[in-house]
Amino acid sequence: MFFHFPQCETEKPIVYHLVKDYNLIINIFRAKVTPDEEGYLVLDVTGEEQDIQRGLEFMRTFNVQIEKTTRGLNWNKELCTHCGNCIPHCPTHALHFIDSETKEIVFDTDVCIECLSCIKNCPFGACSSLF
Amino acid sequence: MKTYEEINRKIESKKAVVLTAEEIIGYVEEKGLEKAAKEVDVVTTATFGPMCSSGCFLNFGHSKPKIRMTETWINDVPAYAGIAAVDAYLGATQLRYNDPANMKYPGEFEYGGGHVIEDLVEGKTLQLFGLSYGTDDYPRREIRTYFTIDDLNQATMVNPRNCYQNYNIAINCSEKAIYTYLGMLKPEMKNLTYCSAGQLSPLLNDPFYRIIGVGTRVWLAGAHGHVYAEGTQHSPDCQRGPTGVPWEGAGTLALTGNMKQMKKGFLRGVSLKGYGVSLAVGVGIPIPILDEETLKYTTVRDRDIRAPVIDYSSDYPEKTGKVICELDYEELKQGEVTVKGKKVEVGCLSSYNKALEIAELLKGEIKKGDFLVSPPITRLPHKGGMQSLEIRGEK
Repeated sequence: MFFHFPQCETEKPIVYHLVKDYNLIINIFRAKVTPDEEGYLVLDVTGEEQDIQRGLEFMRTFNVQIEKTTRGLNWNKELCTHCGNCIPHCPTHALHFIDSETKEIVFDTDVCIECLSCIKNCPFGACSSLF
Repeated sequence: MKTYEEINRKIESKKAVVLTAEEIIGYVEEKGLEKAAKEVDVVTTATFGPMCSSGCFLNFGHSKPKIRMTETWINDVPAYAGIAAVDAYLGATQLRYNDPANMKYPGEFEYGGGHVIEDLVEGKTLQLFGLSYGTDDYPRREIRTYFTIDDLNQATMVNPRNCYQNYNIAINCSEKAIYTYLGMLKPEMKNLTYCSAGQLSPLLNDPFYRIIGVGTRVWLAGAHGHVYAEGTQHSPDCQRGPTGVPWEGAGTLALTGNMKQMKKGFLRGVSLKGYGVSLAVGVGIPIPILDEETLKYTTVRDRDIRAPVIDYSSDYPEKTGKVICELDYEELKQGEVTVKGKKVEVGCLSSYNKALEIAELLKGEIKKGDFLVSPPITRLPHKGGMQSLEIRGEK
């Protein structure tokens, strides 16, 4: 879940309320919350569908844009040379060889936790952050 | 026994039997060496990885009025101009002017010589800035203009050291992360990096330089180039396995080719955090199967090729010569190895996938009759080591 704050609502402990009032399990992937600046919050949200909907209703009371996405990390296939330098730097194996014969790199968005270490370690600039 | 002429006649008539250095392994296993040597004409080898000793000579043509450039920058990356009037040599590891390098450690090294070379081959527009002291015949003292590769008279890639026969495996035994030309190495041996195409790599398929020599036609990033000399640091005296394949660095090739014929995707700028910039180069080299012995060398498998694991936090920079252990490429390709009893994750800077692609492309060109094999004019030295640099006084 990607929340974009055009103007930051820093005074309110949003994540606290999501956990406490709506019974949601929150895993914060990334957050940039600076007073008077644009900000973002990227959360993995787990819970009852009903609770998630109520939590989203709560979020909509703020001036935020909400996107259901897990894609904060972009892997550009065109720029990847399939060398494999990223492999030991990707803790969840989101970046991995599709098979041991062709040694072709693929990116599994679902398991990416956006640690961003691939960005620092790709010599060819194939990995980038969307925000 | 076949000759180069016989093989080229078969290539020209589009009847040559060509296999990649990967395919030949199973083929010989099935058919036997004798039969396969009669049937197969060419085995294609390839590699794709960072090759720091790469660069190019560029000729810009003369402006009106003329300038004899003494200093030049291309997209703010300095190119050496201590040669004839409007020639320059751009090196792959050259940093961009004002790059903070490692002043803020580890540096980013986002753009440099290797990236300029990639942009040039992609046909992008680049900026030339040149300075001169001015002479009677070359009065202009400054020039700033834009160009693409098509505007250049010549763009000749000249790489003094490519295709290292084999290479070190880098590991970090210290307690802090280190940044090397083999990537970031986590502390306490959490990862290691190797850099070789293994069984596909050109000189591992011709370990004693019987076929590949000065004058050998090569596929250099899509162009038909040549080996022009032994590469710098060519050092055939080394530890070798039972089949003669080097188990450490050993031989290198100096390659040249016309950049105007090169293809996008086979020359890629490299940014190594905390280390610098470089250029990844794709090379394919055909091995004409003259006899059984030539063929036998091309059947080398990843498990036959070992490389030394070296601690890049101390033994490499201090030049102790210490090797932790040796690993073969079959083990390395499993993704996890054991070093000093500890499990270590494996990374690689050489793309086997790209090397396979190049071996297939070269195979295709030979089969279509578009790429002929050439005998070496001179063989590469098969003896000799590498000298160290002694730090001494004048006398």
